[in-house]
Amino acid sequence: MNIKLKALTKSLWVFHAAASPCNNCDIEILDVLTPRHDVERFGITLAGSVRHADVLLVTGVPNYKSKGILKRLYEQAPKPCLVIAIGSCACGRIMFRESYNSPCPVDEVIPVDAYVPGCPPKPEAIIAGVVKLIEKVKHTTSKV
Amino acid sequence: MKALFYYFIFPGFLFSVVIGLLACWVDRKVTARLQWRVGPPWYQNFVDIIKLLGKEIIFPEGAKITFLLAPFLGVLSLGLVSTILGLNIIYPGQGFLGDLIVVLYLMTIPAIAMIIGASASANPLASVGASREMKLVLAYELPFLLSVITIILRSGGSIQLGNILAHQVSFGSNIISFSGAIAFIVAILCIQAKLGFAPFDISEAEQEIMAGTLIEYSGLPLAIFKLIKALLLYTLPIFLITLFWAKDLSPLFLIGKFIAILVIIILIKNTNPRVRIDQAVRFFWGKLTLVALIGLILAILGL
Ligand code: SF4
Repeated sequence: MNIKLKALTKSLWVFHAAASPCNNCDIEILDVLTPRHDVERFGITLAGSVRHADVLLVTGVPNYKSKGILKRLYEQAPKPCLVIAIGSCACGRIMFRESYNSPCPVDEVIPVDAYVPGCPPKPEAIIAGVVKLIEKVKHTTSKV
Repeated sequence: MKALFYYFIFPGFLFSVVIGLLACWVDRKVTARLQWRVGPPWYQNFVDIIKLLGKEIIFPEGAKITFLLAPFLGVLSLGLVSTILGLNIIYPGQGFLGDLIVVLYLMTIPAIAMIIGASASANPLASVGASREMKLVLAYELPFLLSVITIILRSGGSIQLGNILAHQVSFGSNIISFSGAIAFIVAILCIQAKLGFAPFDISEAEQEIMAGTLIEYSGLPLAIFKLIKALLLYTLPIFLITLFWAKDLSPLFLIGKFIAILVIIILIKNTNPRVRIDQAVRFFWGKLTLVALIGLILAILGL
């Protein structure tokens, strides 16, 4: 593992990309960032602009409108950029699968690196997902 | 050769970057403790910089080349500031006539670099940030200069850092007197705005204009802007110490004073919500200028 990847895993700046969720997952993400869980210990902070982002936290089922925006957001982020799908919606569209306004799941729009299922997932589950993502980055070299 | 060493290694660029990044860590750690958290490890800011150096540099469509040049302008000028201040502290009396004026000018350049870079980035939110930054510069420079003039008057009209230091060594720190204390309070509040810390982080306002001036920056230029922040967090407290609190500058006292000023700044940052730009301008041009003028008059009276 080279120094670039090592630095990346120790300083993940997350960007919150909500692709039409029901908002519960977003509330759980905010919970992760509160003092109680204190993810700044691991260097994780919330970035305001997508140009500063290392990780996109995608929630919700993309609809016809947010699908294109999500793709553009991913293109705007500087590479290497990782993606975590948070919530069962983002992982596999659960009960919105048959909906008229749900063209595809998140991972058909942009490449997803880690999935955190749950409706909504607990903050602990989200942290576990990030840890798994870091493990994955450590074992791959093709991502950069 | 020696000048290059002074400029790039010690006490210039490299040394001040390391101290500045450690000061940024103190900022994050104290903030975390105030919020009942643990906070990041001491090497966090170094890791951030290394990570940013490894990321892709995005040059937004419609941006000008000044977008990439602006951060370097800021970091070079701050390197010079830290060299001048550091040399004055290590070898007192080695400065040149008027180095105080040079330092004052060089310390505004980072804000100007921010404005240039943001306006060149072709982003509407960045231009909102740039216009706010510009108003803020106009607002805080007036009371800041007034407080510096107070110090100049107190040290017999000298505009040389070495003489100001020497005057304080023989007659006691400026902060002990009435006018010095008032000028110090004014200068601390202005420095809060110079650093872009709450309550004057209006141009960067994460929650409303998403990092404002920095919104389009990524990779290396963003890392340089982070370095500018770190350098400011080193040079501005050192500048304050040189002007106001320089009776005893042995290394231990210097570090203690540096940390004391740092903690004051961080406490102000963490206990005040962000003000609007019009409130900030009114505060700096109204109340604070008045206070600075009172300090100036006291200095003229010799208090
Ligand atoms: S997974 Fe559940 S909580 Fe999350 S956005 Fe979907 S429906 Fe809402």
